[in-house]
Amino acid sequence: MEAPDTTAMGAEEFWKGLWKENPVFVQVLGMCPALAVSNTARNALAMGLATLFVLTASNAVISLVRHVVPKQVRIATYILVIATFVTLVDMGIQAISLDLHKALGAFISLIVANCLILGRAEAFASRHGLGASLLDALGMGAGFTVALLSLGAVREILGAGTLFGLPVLPAAFEPWVVMLLPSGGFLTLAGWLLVFNAFEQRRARASAPEAREVPG
Amino acid sequence: MSGDSLWSIFLNACLINNFVLAYFLGLCPFLGVSGQLATATRMGGAVSFVMLVSSVCAFGIQWVLVALDAPYLRLISFIVVIASTVQLVEMFIKKTSPALFRSLGIFLPLITTNCAILGLALFQTNKGFDFLECIAYALGAGAGFTLALLLMAGLREKLALDEVPDLVRGTALSLALAGLLSIVFMGFAGLGG
Repeated sequence: MEAPDTTAMGAEEFWKGLWKENPVFVQVLGMCPALAVSNTARNALAMGLATLFVLTASNAVISLVRHVVPKQVRIATYILVIATFVTLVDMGIQAISLDLHKALGAFISLIVANCLILGRAEAFASRHGLGASLLDALGMGAGFTVALLSLGAVREILGAGTLFGLPVLPAAFEPWVVMLLPSGGFLTLAGWLLVFNAFEQRRARASAPEAREVPG
Repeated sequence: MSGDSLWSIFLNACLINNFVLAYFLGLCPFLGVSGQLATATRMGGAVSFVMLVSSVCAFGIQWVLVALDAPYLRLISFIVVIASTVQLVEMFIKKTSPALFRSLGIFLPLITTNCAILGLALFQTNKGFDFLECIAYALGAGAGFTLALLLMAGLREKLALDEVPDLVRGTALSLALAGLLSIVFMGFAGLGG
C-alpha cells in the first residue's frame, strides 16, 4: 500500500468496499444500524446515506490530522471527530424531514458507535493520505448503503408487499409480518450471507489460473 | 412511562425489549464472543457493569447539560464519558485478573463502540427516567444482554460439535439462530408494555 495513488489504485480502494470487503456482508461490521432500521427501503437508504456522509467527512478529517495527533489519544480524537459529524447529521435530518427523524429515532445518534466508522478511521485513514482515505470512505459507505438497501428491500417486499411505499406484489399476497419484526432482520441478513458464501465457494472451487479476483 | 414500577422497567429492558434481540444493540460482542459459555459469562458481566456505571454518569451529564442549556453537546459528552469509563474498567481488570483480560481480548476496548451502552444512555434520557428508574433500566438491560449472550453461547457450543453444511457455518448460522431466539423473545410481549 506504499505505492502512490495511481488511478488503478484509486479505483481499487473504491471497489473493494462495494464487493470484496463489503462492510456488512463480508466483514460483518456495523450490524446494529444495518438490522435496526432496514425494515423499509426508505429508512435503509436514509441510514446508508447518513453513514456515508459521516464516514467520508470523518475519514477526511482524520487523514488530515494524522501526523498531528499523538498515538495515545488517537482513539479519543477519532471519536470526537465522528461524534461532531453525527451531531451535524442528526440536526440536518431533523431539519429536512421530521418523519424520517422519528422513524430512525436514536439510531442516528448511534452512528457514532458504528464499529465500521471507527474501524476505517483506525485501519485506513490514520495511515493513508487524503485522496486514498476519501475513496476508501466512499467505497465503504457505498457498500454499506447497498447492503442496507438490499436488506431493506427484501424486508419491505416480503413484509409489506411494497417497495419505497409503492405496491409491487399482487394484492393476493399475504404479507409476512415477521420480516418487519426484529427477527426478520436477523433472518434476512442470514439469507444474504448464505448467498455470499455460495458465491465465494463457487469462486474458490473454480479457482482457475485466470480467476478474476483471488480472495485474500 | 414514569408511572411504571421499577420492576416493570427492569422486566421491560430485560425481556420484552431485549437490547440485543429487539433493538439490535451490541451485536458485535454478541456475535463475536458467544463462541464459548465461559467467555460469554465474563463478557456479560463486564458489559452489565459498564452499563450500570455509564447509566449513572449519563444521568449526571444530562442534569448538567440541562442546567447549562446545552443539549447539542449531549452525544459528544456521553461518548467521551463512556469511553473513559471503559478505559478505567479495562485498567482495573488488567490489574486484578490478567487471565480474564486475555480471554476478553479485543472486545473489552470495543465496549466503547458498543452501541448497547450508548443506546442505554440515550434511551433513558429520551424516556425521562429519574435516578432509581435509570438504575433499574441499566440493570435490566445488562441482565437482558447477558441472558441473550448466554443462550447464544450455549446453542453455539452444541452446534460446534454437530455436522452442518460448510455453506452455513459461521456468521450465517449465528444470525439464523439469533433470528429464532428473537422470535422466542417476542413471546414475552404479553408480559407488559
